[in-house]
Amino acid sequence: MSAGTNKLNVTVTEVVAVNELVKRFHFERTDGGNLPTFSGGAHVVVEMRDGDITRLNPYSLMSSPLSTRDYTISVRRDDVGRGGSLFMHNRVKRGMEMVISYPVNLFSLDLRARKHLMIAGGIGITPFLAQTAQLASYGGNFELHYTCRSEALGSYTEVLRERYGNRVNLYYDEHNERIPLERLLATQPLGTHIYVCGPAGMIKWVRDTAGAHGWPDDSVHYEHFAAPQPGTPFDVKLAVSGLEIRVGEQQSLLEAIEAAGVDPPYLCRGGVCGQCETNVISYDGTFKHNDHWLSDEEHCSGKKIMPCVSRFEGRSLVLER
Amino acid sequence: MKTILSRPVYGTLSPQAGKSHLLIADAEGASAILDLAKKAPEDFFAHAHIMFIPGRTGDSFQASLKALKPAQYYEGPSVAAALPRLNWTLANAHMGLRMYLAGTEGLIGQMMQAAIEAGIDPASIQTEHRGSWARRIQCVHCKGITENVTTQPATCSHCGLLLLVRDHYSKRHAAFQGVCINAEDPTEIPQTEEIFR
Repeated sequence: MSAGTNKLNVTVTEVVAVNELVKRFHFERTDGGNLPTFSGGAHVVVEMRDGDITRLNPYSLMSSPLSTRDYTISVRRDDVGRGGSLFMHNRVKRGMEMVISYPVNLFSLDLRARKHLMIAGGIGITPFLAQTAQLASYGGNFELHYTCRSEALGSYTEVLRERYGNRVNLYYDEHNERIPLERLLATQPLGTHIYVCGPAGMIKWVRDTAGAHGWPDDSVHYEHFAAPQPGTPFDVKLAVSGLEIRVGEQQSLLEAIEAAGVDPPYLCRGGVCGQCETNVISYDGTFKHNDHWLSDEEHCSGKKIMPCVSRFEGRSLVLER
Repeated sequence: MKTILSRPVYGTLSPQAGKSHLLIADAEGASAILDLAKKAPEDFFAHAHIMFIPGRTGDSFQASLKALKPAQYYEGPSVAAALPRLNWTLANAHMGLRMYLAGTEGLIGQMMQAAIEAGIDPASIQTEHRGSWARRIQCVHCKGITENVTTQPATCSHCGLLLLVRDHYSKRHAAFQGVCINAEDPTEIPQTEEIFR
């Protein structure tokens, strides 16, 4: 068992269809009482037992950190993904008992900031629902810019507008509206921190533009859970445990290691937190790195891999596990 | 040299990506700005504000600093005289402003203190030490600040205690800590050496 992966037994108390693509799930402790406290930006890893397969997917908590009676998450259905979101949408019903991890925050507010500038794309809105609730509870200074594909698919746009009025700015692709990023970045008071959650391309756009405008790295925060990508099956030798395993097409390397009975540490399972970083002892082939944790130099070094999201193609791979 | 963690570490000024640039120096610190200019992109000083306190260097740097053609140039007699201008500048500044501090530890520390107060992340500020190593110290007993301390021990200019000048540095006060060196026996007067030159 790794640090931060203590489990909670919860019961699904409500499932709400937010729109065509998004469902919201409410969890309460099965044994009653309050859930652990968390701060805005935290996520939990939800265990999905689907026959022989156990999926472990991270979802941001979107409920207010001021109430730990229940946790809520929102899941966008991905019809071509590996099946986690489809399981949540099709199989999880009210009254069902599930297991989730304790909350972990890899996207927390920097409370030294004078102002919090938040940029969300699509389902990337979820951590901001918790963060805005946290900030609003004590009059914190924030501004949210939220871009959605269409009005019909914009999750929580109305509730945000209702709660925070013109601190919430909405942009719809269907109306060709775009966040005026350059203008926003040029007009923020000193001590502003920027937070971005959304598609990888949006995160890169915001980080690159902020960097070019002279925003220090420490004032730019982002979160993007990369879903593990399917790929060609490959074989791996685990040197420490003396096992040889095969990673299936729809399986991540981390899942294959776990299926073999080895329990590496993890927190996010999305290439962000760095917990499952694994040393490569030898290899003959090509790495398919998909994480946001290792540096470019480390990706090229052939010495490290993040097994939660990255894969390998080639003749042999020996890991220190 | 091994020292305690609070002892500030200074780097070498280098031009950063940014919308505007605020460069502040005292005395020999001006030469660090001139060195940065050699590495800076062409339009760098068109968006720059230089604040300079000549101190012991008299008028030896003004002409070359002005020749960089900064958008704004200020010259003042002391840190205290420059601070109101700095605070006003920071109050009206936006993200994208980059700050560069060069010269004595007293200047770097006090300007950084004002910058932190204005919300700037200290890790984003470029610093470079040049010139005198004279220290600004706070007497931990009477809390008075004594400027330009070059000796070990040093006399507090407020309460008169003889102080051991420590490497323990306070970012909040922008000063090194001075602690009474002969509290047990005030008649014991250690030899004074000039070591912070």
